[in-house]
Amino acid sequence: MSVEQEQDERTIRCLVAKVGLDGHDRGAHVIARALRDAGFEVIYSGLHRSPEEVVQAAVQEDVDVVGISILSGAHKTLVPKILDGLREYDAFDDRLVLVGGIVPDDDQAELRDLGVDEIFGPGASMAEMIRYIREQAPER
Amino acid sequence: MSDLVEDLLAGKHSALARVITKIENRAAGYREVVSALHEHTGHAEVIGVTGSPGAGKSTLVDKVAAEYRDRGKTVGVIAIDPSSPYSGGAVLGDRIRMASNAGDMDVFFRSMSARGSLGGLSTATTDAVTALDAFGKDYVIVETVGAGQNEVDIVRTADTVAVLVPPGSGDDVQMLKAGILEIGDVFVVNKADLDGADRTVQQLREMLQGRSTAGHHGASESEMVGATAGADEHDAEDAWEPPIVETVANRSEGVDDFLAALSDHGDYLDRTGGREQQARDRFAAEIRTLLREDANRLLARELERGGGLDAHVDTVMARETDPYTVVDEVLAPLRECLDEE
Repeated sequence: MSVEQEQDERTIRCLVAKVGLDGHDRGAHVIARALRDAGFEVIYSGLHRSPEEVVQAAVQEDVDVVGISILSGAHKTLVPKILDGLREYDAFDDRLVLVGGIVPDDDQAELRDLGVDEIFGPGASMAEMIRYIREQAPER
Repeated sequence: MSDLVEDLLAGKHSALARVITKIENRAAGYREVVSALHEHTGHAEVIGVTGSPGAGKSTLVDKVAAEYRDRGKTVGVIAIDPSSPYSGGAVLGDRIRMASNAGDMDVFFRSMSARGSLGGLSTATTDAVTALDAFGKDYVIVETVGAGQNEVDIVRTADTVAVLVPPGSGDDVQMLKAGILEIGDVFVVNKADLDGADRTVQQLREMLQGRSTAGHHGASESEMVGATAGADEHDAEDAWEPPIVETVANRSEGVDDFLAALSDHGDYLDRTGGREQQARDRFAAEIRTLLREDANRLLARELERGGGLDAHVDTVMARETDPYTVVDEVLAPLRECLDEE
């Protein structure tokens, strides 16, 4: 029998990504801190990332949650590119993809169809988001 | 699980990422994975980069990685950040500085947190280096804040250790206290365009002259005195003089000098047989660490079977027995086993 008593202390890892020409990162900072305080490991991308960079970070950091913050209205071009990139690197199925920001109702349905798991708009509570991640983070 | 190993060896990025996750979580089966990878390692040049917060480690690492890429080499980076002792959470921000390698998958950048409760961070780092090495990276850079024994242990996994010193941090006592002089093979005064850089270089030079007998990292490990006797003789005639390089990382100035210094140290290791010696020392330390961890775990299980530690503490508290006697009793079965051999 093996000596090891596997500890299996799984820590949920989240990427908080700012993508595109959108310089408003106060919200992303607040979310990064709240997720940290919830005991998650948060990788913060910094501002003005391209979809390729977000994919690179999501794959290499092997995050459970890809959180994309977009306030610029460019979600319909940028989010699909990220989803495609994740699929290309075989890193889509066992990952939650969340979008935060201002997304009109019609676009929400479209993004969900493309593979976004949840969308958090203005007024969403941190507690709600953290609970969602805890419950939905994929088993690996 | 063996699929994961195959995928990693085949160059699949997500498999490499998942292996490192398993290593970090000590997830079921991670040992078998690392064991399977071992035979594929030994090709990467491992560089440790340490220094105080704000010294410019991430920025320099970014430029170094970009320069290696320009030379057609592949790079893996492990950046270690502290985690909160309260929530266990962490914000890992080193990635923000990796601007020069954005979108380049052949720079594999991984943030790791120093998960306090787990301990064994140096074991996890060693295993992650193993994964990157087996993946086929030419260079593996381990970046960590230089503040404490944990970090010193981590940089020992490197062939060459670079210590970053920002200008103006230079009061002598402070630097001696940090104890980082002994572990550096190359010293970098980053932000060399700032006031006080010359003075810092000067102070560093003076202090390094005082350390010539202390030996380079690895060889100074007191636990390994027996193993390094041969290397010490060699050191006397061909000792490594740590160079001091000035850089302005955010403008890529001095990066070439820095890489030249790293490569000089690599040549030195090859010339003196130091590389092999370091590898031997590292594996010895690793085996020792694993033995200690596993033996501890076995003992913990044995204690549990005997009713746990509390019962023993009760008897010690009541002055019926004492800690030494308890240890003798607990270890008695083990001692009998060994004596039978």
